[in-house]
Amino acid sequence: MDAHAHDSQAPGAQHAHPTPGLYARIALILFVLTALEVMVFEIAGGHFITSLQSVVAPVAVLILLVLSAAKFALVAMFYMHLKQDPRLLSNLFVFPIIIAAVIIISLVVLFSYWRKVGAL
Amino acid sequence: MSHASHAMDAPHGVREGSMHDMHPTTTGIPSRKVALWTLIGSECLFFASLISTYLVYKGKSLVGPLPHTESQCMLHGQMQACEPIIEIPLVTFGTAVLLFSSFFIVLALYGAQKGRRGMLIGWLGATVVAGLFFVGMQVYEFTHFFHKGMGYSTNLFSSSFFTLTGFHGSHVTAGVIWLSTLLVLAIRGKIPPGKSLNLEIAALYWHFVDVVWIVIFPVVYLMR
Repeated sequence: MDAHAHDSQAPGAQHAHPTPGLYARIALILFVLTALEVMVFEIAGGHFITSLQSVVAPVAVLILLVLSAAKFALVAMFYMHLKQDPRLLSNLFVFPIIIAAVIIISLVVLFSYWRKVGAL
Repeated sequence: MSHASHAMDAPHGVREGSMHDMHPTTTGIPSRKVALWTLIGSECLFFASLISTYLVYKGKSLVGPLPHTESQCMLHGQMQACEPIIEIPLVTFGTAVLLFSSFFIVLALYGAQKGRRGMLIGWLGATVVAGLFFVGMQVYEFTHFFHKGMGYSTNLFSSSFFTLTGFHGSHVTAGVIWLSTLLVLAIRGKIPPGKSLNLEIAALYWHFVDVVWIVIFPVVYLMR
């Protein structure tokens, strides 16, 4: 393994930041994904391409979550430079994100269960 | 220059442009950057609690106004039918502006690191304007909701909605103030490439505000 390859694995290692061209492409993708989110909302509500409503409505929440996660990852990786910056910084961000996701899912499931058994 | 001396000149985690603003750290990463990421981590948990509260109470309001459905609500002292309260086109436009502001600030940072003062000032100014637009959109939205009979304690939806989006809006406002001070410094020529870390840290905060909205927008506005 050469010295450079070794450095890229070191705790503080990083590469050069992306160029304005890449930033512009990311912005365009974010814009398209946002437009898709709104399109899914409108289709699920029966306001747009009504023929697709029965297909999209049952999975609208799932599609929205996937699109949102994709946007989140793009901003974190390229605009916040986690793709290039040291892994320590990624860990500082990803670990709380995992805890946050666990908190949200746990509370939603717990309250749904309590309502189901009549405890609320 | 030997590898060892080069490493001392440019420790890991530090871009050349921000070298003058740096003191040695055991990780090789500027302490302020680690501190900001730690703050962002704690903020993730803060917003997770607010999003959880919103989701737990979603669909449990006994009276309107409601986000996506018609309902009965108290207006001018009497119960009456009211329309769904959320206006998607306005918020979508605000969301797009906030997303583009993240694009603007990475260009400003690029300008700062490359010593291109015009690029730094122009894109940083555009970021501040975009942030102000988003805050203005939220103020308009809140005022509009209030006039439609939705106060903070009207129902479970309104309380959780205003708390979640209000805290996000206050973070955007803090970001706008932070970036405005940096804009003034940039205009005065006080953000040379050697001090671009100051802008990089503010940009990280601004991106975080953006990613929080990336979660809030579908959860609050698009999920029925």
